[in-house]
Amino acid sequence: MLSTHGDSAKLIAGGQSLVPMMAMRLVRPAFLVDINEIAELKFARTERDTARIGACLRQSVVERDGALATRVPLLRQALAWVGHVQTRNRGTVGGSLAHADPSAELPLAAQVLGAKMILRSAKGTRTLDAEEFFSGPMSTSMRPDECLEEIHWPVWSEKRTGSAFTEIAIRHGDFAMVAAAAQVALDAGGRCTRAAFGLGGAGGTPLAFPKIAARLLGAKLEDKAIEDAAGEAAKECDPGSDLHATKEYRRHLARVLAGRVLREAHAKALAATR
Amino acid sequence: MSDKLHEVSIEVNGKARPGAVPARLSLVDWLRDELCLTGTHVGCEHGICGACSVMLDGEPVRSCLMYTVQANGHRVTTVEGLAKPDGSMSILQDAFCETHGLQCGYCTPGMLIAAQGLLNSNPNPTEEQIRDAIGGNLCRCTGYQQIVEAVQLAAERTK
Amino acid sequence: MNPFRYIGKKRRTKEDPRFVSGRGRYVADIALAGMKHVALVASPHASARIVSINTRPALALPGVLYVLTGEEFCAGTDSLVTGVDAPKLTRFALAKGVVRYAGEWVAAVVADTRAQAEDAAELVGVEYEPLPHVIDPEQAMAPGAPLVHPAHGSNVILHKKFVWGPVEEIFAKAQHQLAFRATWGRSATVPIETFGVAAQWDPGTEILDVWASIQMPKYPDQVAKALRLPGNGVRVHYDVDVGGSYGVKRGLKHTVLVGYLAKKLGVPLRFIEDRLENLRGGDMQGPDRFFDMQVAFDSDGTLRAWKIRAVDDVGAYAGRAPFQLGKPITAICGPYRILAVEYDATSVLTHKTPQEAVRGFGQSPTNFAMERCVDRVAAFLKMDRVELRKKNLIRKDQFPYTIPSGSTYDSGDYHAVLDKALAAIGYPALIAKREAARKGGKLAGIGISTCLEPSGGNSAFEVLLNPKNETTTWMDSCLVRIDLAGSITGVMNTSSSGQGHESLVSTVVGEILERDPASVRVVRADSLSALPSNSPVGSRMAIMLGGAAAGAAKKIRETLVAIAAHNFECAPEDLEYRNGDVSLKGAPEKKLAWDQLVEIAHRKFHRMPPGIEPGLQAKFVWEVPTGGGLPDAEGRVQMYPCYSFEAHLVYVEIDPDTGKPALGKYVCGHDCGVMINPDIVHGMTYGGIAHGIGAALYEKFSYTEDGQLAAGTFMDYLLPSAMEVPALAIVDHCTPSPLTTFGQKGSGEAGYLGAPAAIANAVNDALAPAGAAIDTLPMSHLAIWNAIHSGKRT
Repeated sequence: MLSTHGDSAKLIAGGQSLVPMMAMRLVRPAFLVDINEIAELKFARTERDTARIGACLRQSVVERDGALATRVPLLRQALAWVGHVQTRNRGTVGGSLAHADPSAELPLAAQVLGAKMILRSAKGTRTLDAEEFFSGPMSTSMRPDECLEEIHWPVWSEKRTGSAFTEIAIRHGDFAMVAAAAQVALDAGGRCTRAAFGLGGAGGTPLAFPKIAARLLGAKLEDKAIEDAAGEAAKECDPGSDLHATKEYRRHLARVLAGRVLREAHAKALAATR
Repeated sequence: MSDKLHEVSIEVNGKARPGAVPARLSLVDWLRDELCLTGTHVGCEHGICGACSVMLDGEPVRSCLMYTVQANGHRVTTVEGLAKPDGSMSILQDAFCETHGLQCGYCTPGMLIAAQGLLNSNPNPTEEQIRDAIGGNLCRCTGYQQIVEAVQLAAERTK
Repeated sequence: MNPFRYIGKKRRTKEDPRFVSGRGRYVADIALAGMKHVALVASPHASARIVSINTRPALALPGVLYVLTGEEFCAGTDSLVTGVDAPKLTRFALAKGVVRYAGEWVAAVVADTRAQAEDAAELVGVEYEPLPHVIDPEQAMAPGAPLVHPAHGSNVILHKKFVWGPVEEIFAKAQHQLAFRATWGRSATVPIETFGVAAQWDPGTEILDVWASIQMPKYPDQVAKALRLPGNGVRVHYDVDVGGSYGVKRGLKHTVLVGYLAKKLGVPLRFIEDRLENLRGGDMQGPDRFFDMQVAFDSDGTLRAWKIRAVDDVGAYAGRAPFQLGKPITAICGPYRILAVEYDATSVLTHKTPQEAVRGFGQSPTNFAMERCVDRVAAFLKMDRVELRKKNLIRKDQFPYTIPSGSTYDSGDYHAVLDKALAAIGYPALIAKREAARKGGKLAGIGISTCLEPSGGNSAFEVLLNPKNETTTWMDSCLVRIDLAGSITGVMNTSSSGQGHESLVSTVVGEILERDPASVRVVRADSLSALPSNSPVGSRMAIMLGGAAAGAAKKIRETLVAIAAHNFECAPEDLEYRNGDVSLKGAPEKKLAWDQLVEIAHRKFHRMPPGIEPGLQAKFVWEVPTGGGLPDAEGRVQMYPCYSFEAHLVYVEIDPDTGKPALGKYVCGHDCGVMINPDIVHGMTYGGIAHGIGAALYEKFSYTEDGQLAAGTFMDYLLPSAMEVPALAIVDHCTPSPLTTFGQKGSGEAGYLGAPAAIANAVNDALAPAGAAIDTLPMSHLAIWNAIHSGKRT
């Protein structure tokens, strides 16, 4: 259907982002391609290094999945901030990613962890890294005839791994003004062996800071190192202004929240006994 | 806009209900206008207020954000379907009456669905969990206090 | 000790069972055979000339019956009226010639379905020529500002200044004075159900039937007048359930529009606002006001006088909204012994969505300004805020207490309520908690407010603010009847929106007749058969409807006794009425039971006392107690009769790194005299507090520079959920009113009137150690963070 109708057809999964826009007549696809009933898109399988999730798996199902919570803890942490119960009962993992709201939780988790998106079209499949997938506010690099089919979430095998997600929204469940996510791994001596963190709502896409994170490796995660990393990330990001938050306020929140998730992820890694 | 009608069969409150609906017809509009189940209410049509909440396959969802065709083959429960088989009020509905967890009644059907959804999966919720479960249902009359008390009372009485 | 049998006791309401079963009957549930639907075309511009309207593409769509423009509509109906003296201000549901705010309705489409009507509305081609606009009230008052209604000659539609007492003298002699500005952001009570109306014209009877989600005095009359129908040409059905209103559902323009179309097209019509239409074009926004406060006080904390300059931006049109500057005059010194007050009130037009009446009718913004003032005095004197209030609160031995503007407060014991609230929240422990939080690096504060809830709805501010409007009748009514089977029915004469009026009437009637309220059915008349009512506004129904129901029931009780007296050939004083039966004092076996008395009244005329009508029915129509007066030469007049009181205490912690506030313990001490149904009163108070939390922290109808409503959906106009409203506790006190049947005072606006003040004071208490203050609502995260980081007042 997508190949035939191109831009005048739109995929609909959970509809939690798309239908409000249609109700307000901001988006008017001539055709809706409903992928909710495609069983092959609704699965979760954890393999050694990867958790594979079908694009149409409901967010609430992912939230309740114990295996996923162990292997990709950032997912459940991120989902706790997504909307409300009703939103998560219908919203899908793939839907949120494809909608690509730069302040949304799942896109941030995907960016930080470097998830891989498997895209399918009539011509076949291709894989995009999160970095390549998110191309701008509410836009992805998907072609008009492609559908997000599966998402591969990296599983960190390090024993001492900790992750954290936080955001500042005005009300519980609202769009984040700024969101932050972090995951770190420590060796037996408490030195950081792996780190990833990022910000949502601070640019045109969810942002990850691999270069800044790389500088955390090899040493203990002292407060100063964390503050510096958070400060640099805040300087680098490019937040916008809107009714609820100015650019300056967002930049400030970016620094504060990046610091908080790094500290929390660090604390959890220290306490981890996996 | 397409006038094409799609055949559907949706189980609503335990009964199979057939229909022939345009693609653009939302689930809430079908329930209210075609099935005359006017207990489910419309408050915003953009997925925030929760007044339109119904159970889809036993889980609360916003029926203003679903098209009727998408519910084809699924089970829907509305406030009209919460009563006991003999037609009397459910424990939760009765608890709302006991604590006066409503005033104008407009948000109430959606609120009951969200609360019942919680109790179905968590029979012993904390106050925090109750507030979180109804966090997507806005009320302007009650300040939520007597609603929370109703859910707590229902949980107690369901034991 | 409760001297009543039913009043004041816990009792399930009559209304709840149908609502929990999904059997409410709201206007969107009313389907009339052959009904068509309405959608609207709205202006995208804040101010523009309408150059042309092309309806042809819309009419070409299948299912479309008609497209109505302002040209036709304004010729075929009369303008809606404003209460203030501004005769050149016209107001119609559809714009004609010019549009005055973004969202103003320009055309109405009628089609078979709402979806088709909306599709067609998009195709109506309107050409505009944008004109200059003004959206700031101070700019609107400046010379050279674009005029919203040029015919009126200025953007000021109301300006009145009152001086009650020797204000200047006191200010000159006072030991201290301070001045500041308090700003109440534009917000409203925004019910979850939008406004809707269905109408049907019957050419056979020449009656326009109207079903609407309405809460409005004089609604049928104004509809009829605008439609050029006789007063009895409109029949409003009050038995429609209203999904919340809290003041705003005055949909006069919606009704005149739909009524006109229903009559013209000869089809039943229904128009339900969608949320976007409601927020932007429904004309139900609320007070948008700044207060320049000046207070004169002594070193010992005695408040001597204050000057209040209130400027309110009413939007592009005005109905009753400007009167929201007048109602606070009824409590213009708050609960304090302030002996002189100057009040300068201005209502300004701008190119924004019009305001409507909001819960409290201006009292909450005014309480906010007054309570911020009191806290600032305390800060200035380094005096404890509780002690300062206690020093100035009117004492219980001073009631009835007449304030400088002429109203008399009927009864109260403000110190007792405040003490109860302090005890309930554990005030000393809360102070300790605050200190500990502060030591731990947090911003923590306790907020206090002591405020009045005037009740009873004597809107004498109308004639005060507009001497040409000599309205002094503020009435309500009830009819009670007992039918041949002995069942009791109470008939009320207005709509309800969740206040539990059926429960109110049945409880009161049951109390007087000593019959179980469960056996009393309450129905609503329609406007053609109704007795006079002024609608549930101004916290008046417990007093007015309660009083009317009691009055009617008393007449029936007297009739039953009279029937028995006639049959026992004795005097009424020789008889005892108990549970509906009447027996001879001292000889209880000589009794006429309820069923027997009913039968005599309905069927046995030969046993009736002379001069008493057949059947058992009584009506009671009455004027608000202490009402009926006109202002004197100094602008003093008795307004609301009864004064409920609230003392709010709330704890807040603010994250200094993000500006995010978190409300903790919340206690409201509340005295509304005798409560007829405590659960109903408590429920409305909790709801009022939640409204107050919204106004204090979350809700604002923000506008862009070019006059667009930026907060036009629920994604940006933020209503608090159960996660933003904390657990709330109410502690009751009762000082009965000497003016009412049972000592009840009104309570419909409770909670909302004191919550924003308390929360503002809490946030300011939290920010004080950081040298910051905020006197503007709502106190958004951004505003709080800005205040912390600039350490200056905003």
